[in-house]
Amino acid sequence: MNYAEFLGMGAEMTLMVVIILLFIYDTFAPSKCGKYLPITAITLLGIQTLYLAFGNFADVSLFGGMYISGSAEQVAKIILNIGTILVFIQAASWVKDGDMQIRRGEYYVLTLITLLGMYFMMSAQNFLLFFLGLETASLPMTALVAIEKYKQNSYEAAAKYLFFAVFSSALMLLGMSYIYGVTGTLYYNGILSNITASPLTILAVVLFIAGMGFKLSLVPFHLWTADVYQGAPTVVTSYLSVISKGAAAYAFMMVLKDAFGTADLVWLTVMYAIIILTITVGNLFAIRQQNIKRFLAFSSISQAGYIMLGIMACNAHGATSLLYYVLVYIFSNIAAFAVAGAIERASGKLNISDYDGLYKTNPKLSVAMMLAMFSLAGIPPFAGFFSKFFIFYSAIETGTTGMYILVFIALLNTIISLYYYLLVVKAMFLKDSEAPIATIKSDGYTKAVVFITVAGIILLGLVSWVYDYIYGMVI
Amino acid sequence: MEIPFIYYLIVSGVMFFAGVYGFIARRNMLAILISLELMLNAVDINFAVFNRYLYPGAMEGFFFTLFAIAIAAAETAIAIAIIINIYRNIKNIKSDNLDKMKN
Repeated sequence: MNYAEFLGMGAEMTLMVVIILLFIYDTFAPSKCGKYLPITAITLLGIQTLYLAFGNFADVSLFGGMYISGSAEQVAKIILNIGTILVFIQAASWVKDGDMQIRRGEYYVLTLITLLGMYFMMSAQNFLLFFLGLETASLPMTALVAIEKYKQNSYEAAAKYLFFAVFSSALMLLGMSYIYGVTGTLYYNGILSNITASPLTILAVVLFIAGMGFKLSLVPFHLWTADVYQGAPTVVTSYLSVISKGAAAYAFMMVLKDAFGTADLVWLTVMYAIIILTITVGNLFAIRQQNIKRFLAFSSISQAGYIMLGIMACNAHGATSLLYYVLVYIFSNIAAFAVAGAIERASGKLNISDYDGLYKTNPKLSVAMMLAMFSLAGIPPFAGFFSKFFIFYSAIETGTTGMYILVFIALLNTIISLYYYLLVVKAMFLKDSEAPIATIKSDGYTKAVVFITVAGIILLGLVSWVYDYIYGMVI
Repeated sequence: MEIPFIYYLIVSGVMFFAGVYGFIARRNMLAILISLELMLNAVDINFAVFNRYLYPGAMEGFFFTLFAIAIAAAETAIAIAIIINIYRNIKNIKSDNLDKMKN
């Protein structure tokens, strides 16, 4: 075995160095240095992101083709890193208080380990590596959901998340085992050349899609989402809803494209139905939610449906618009969660009806929340409009009638989603309240994350260079 | 006489769906965990059998089984930790009691 191959995994190796450094810092630094841990984590991850963005990486294929890393994977990893840094900034004010102080080291290290798992999942060209990455991402995630272990919401969410994650893994593994039985290999390219649309293969592909559907919270596998998103600490929820969803979507696209590409495109029909269900059900249930975190959970279900549209196109524009959508979604959703988290920490209130009259007392937070909602709904000129535009464009580009109908249904759903996103805006700006939430004095970290995400929401769409850059990397 | 490999697949199929049934029907979290283990082990049998009977030249299936066993162990450790935490807080491990978040 050639150990030099490990050095070819530039992104993973540097992230491992970051994890080890943080772990050493958390374990051995004197306790009065503990309060610098968040800023250390943000700095180290920032340096690693810059290294990924500007370092000189060749396209590699390692371990007999199990692992690949080209410029497309590179840009996907950079996008995930940007999101993780934003979540870390958001978390910095959360890990200061009370109980969380002694667990902040665990929080940062576990989050980075899930990120490492997602890296492997996205770079995998073999089901074994894919599965290992997936579990490396989802098992520490359970611990993160349970990190506020004396709150019932937190451990309840953790139990649900764990049981559903393992159940979906088992379904996916059964699918993989049948694929292995039919094709005799676990490498994507070997499967692609051996796979035919036999009944057993179709069963296997459907089982695999069901397993991934749980991870991505696609309807009808979405039932855990609302409870877990509500119960987990807000910072963990925002990580779970953007980063892990984005990574899973990219890895899912790689599997469908590289491994199941030709199985007479059975998966295309399955995904077609799943996307329509996901977008519609997610939207309809979001309308009746009272709790802002449950509301964002259902909104994220329907957003996952839009992300899946990028998979359907099966070309470079599809992959680009998927990554671009994830990037924009990271900024919009983290902005919403940052505002919700700041309000929750200051007042303990999480219901949309509590937001009545928020504009009078907290104008800046209200405007940030409004922009996030506009971007999620896809109102021009904010970034969300452009990401939806590109993803619809990539689907239309295939030119089949079925795809036109799919995009039409997705468009109708955008209008429904506009209604419930604007409900939040209406509560903040138009409604009056006897006792609105008092003016919140937020700390520097919250200000920073809200400022960066709002800047991202406004600029990402207008700066067309971003889409072109991703397209140039993917192609 | 060697056992034809279809019988192994029947055993693993029965195990898997017994696990699915247990996952849905049981109310004790440890029983749910055992059902999940049953499902994962059924898949391990599948991989080992496919490798042994259909593709004896390579070792991919066996290795996948080994890794899957390790992952299942890690998952059990986390599940037990969470179940103990729940027991400490509410003094039982019935999944019916985890319904605080319904609207």
